[in-house]
Amino acid sequence: MNIWVFAQEANGAPTSATLELLTKARGAGSVTAFLGGDAAGIAGALGEFGATKVYATGDLGGKLPGVAVSAAMKAVIDGGDAPDLIMFPQSYEGRDVMSRLSVQLDRTVLTNNIDLSVDGNAVSVTTPIFGGNVLVTTAFSGSGPFLAAFRPKSFVAESAGGGAASVVAAPVPELGATGSARVTAVHTEETHGPKLDEAAIVVSGGRGLGEAAKYEMIETLAKLLKGAPGASRAIVDAGWVPYSYQVGQTGKVVKPGVYIACGISGATQHMVGMKGAKNIIAINKDKEAPIFGIADLGIVGDVHKVLPKLIEALQSRG
Amino acid sequence: MNVIVCVKQIPDPATPGALNADNTLKREGKLILDESDGYGVEMALQLVDGAGGGEVSLVSMAPNGEVSGMRTALAMGAAKGTLISDPALSGTDALTTAKVLAAAIQKMGGADLIIAATESSDGYTGTVPEQLAEVLGLPSVTFAKRLTVNGQTLTVDRQTEEGYDEVTCPLPAVISVTAGVVEPRYPSFKGIMAAKSKPIETVTASDLGVTPVGWAGAGQSIVNVAKAEARAAGEVIEDDGEAHAKIVAFLENLKFI
Repeated sequence: MNIWVFAQEANGAPTSATLELLTKARGAGSVTAFLGGDAAGIAGALGEFGATKVYATGDLGGKLPGVAVSAAMKAVIDGGDAPDLIMFPQSYEGRDVMSRLSVQLDRTVLTNNIDLSVDGNAVSVTTPIFGGNVLVTTAFSGSGPFLAAFRPKSFVAESAGGGAASVVAAPVPELGATGSARVTAVHTEETHGPKLDEAAIVVSGGRGLGEAAKYEMIETLAKLLKGAPGASRAIVDAGWVPYSYQVGQTGKVVKPGVYIACGISGATQHMVGMKGAKNIIAINKDKEAPIFGIADLGIVGDVHKVLPKLIEALQSRG
Repeated sequence: MNVIVCVKQIPDPATPGALNADNTLKREGKLILDESDGYGVEMALQLVDGAGGGEVSLVSMAPNGEVSGMRTALAMGAAKGTLISDPALSGTDALTTAKVLAAAIQKMGGADLIIAATESSDGYTGTVPEQLAEVLGLPSVTFAKRLTVNGQTLTVDRQTEEGYDEVTCPLPAVISVTAGVVEPRYPSFKGIMAAKSKPIETVTASDLGVTPVGWAGAGQSIVNVAKAEARAAGEVIEDDGEAHAKIVAFLENLKFI
């Protein structure tokens, strides 16, 4: 089976989601990475995790990846190198590229998957629904290329010890009207401490904090535990913290050693993003809150009373 | 400026979801406007207001002639709507949904701007807005967290993994908006009364000339549905003023502190 992985790069290295997909793909077939950008700096890492070839578009010149990379993929496919399956990270760009390509190829898309099964030419994927309580396995029908997106942390990235992948240019063809949007400036939100989706401990706050200013307790606690602060969708929508803090179906998927949910009731949307944590501590006033159904340690109490004492106790340990 | 907003009418997320025998989502009874679509409707109303002319129209695909969610958006201030309702659409995938919506939008005469949410709250495939743009041959900017229109140009702050990008895009275009792009208004009593008499045209997939639809057009089949391994609840205690010590002990025990 010939598998492409839509590769993404951040800070000069492939993203962890890219490496996870390469690892899974190499167990199921021969792997080509397809990159929207310049491969010079990362062909080594892509090869190490299982890609034998890298298609690279070169610099996109401010074009949005959805339109540009899908058109470059379509050009390679029309040129005779058609994959059986293309795996995308469930990320902003992954979603856009696969959406555009699905129309160009007239193929269905399956998103939000957490597992892949390949048997001969048959490909199926597994998707959690209803907050992860039910797993649906869906098989692609008809002919490839099959298009599937996988949530971050669905697979564990492991080096294959491979050498650098060979790089083949896959330039973006003329796009016409669809390609007329341009990125004019890039803004990076500053973060301190470990990244939310890589931290060993995540401390998240929700509506139960009552007001934006109380989020400081979450940041203090996260810092004391050398963890990352997170948030429920409710307080992100309310504008208390930036979107990059959001844990859940539409935010980050986290699987830390310990997840501490403070004033979070446990909406389905949130639980999907954190129920993979090894240990869960929940503090909430409402003893009926769904979060207690999955917590290893549940504290029925007021975050405004419990958190200051917890912070003081940790500070006094030095 | 004329804006079309794609709105989805979904089962109330507060009630537990369930599947039909053919593994489609149960959508019986009253459906409501997906909360995520309130942001797009509000954005559209503000843009049309700011442009000093034009109107906001709705397009929706739903079973059983369902319009209650569309009425909510009409009560907010949208002028009219087109509903695609057809038993043949049951089981339709995201790609065919985009084709159906695109055909309906063309039948409505198109628009300067088409707005959708980034994903629905029930199916959350999350690909329809960008697929719709490709079917219509339009540029698109997805994951907008702020946007302004100046003449024939959109300026958008587009959400990224690391922060946001500033993007410019000529009209006509398709955009998807994140929650929080604007604060949706509550329909007024006057708006609710006015919505009852606003026009909603109902069409079928075959009226639009889109075939095949439903499971037949889906390119996929569900082969298994299983319960996930449940995560067992642990110890739940009432805070007696010393609960923080329990947390410290829990973290110590796991060697995290």
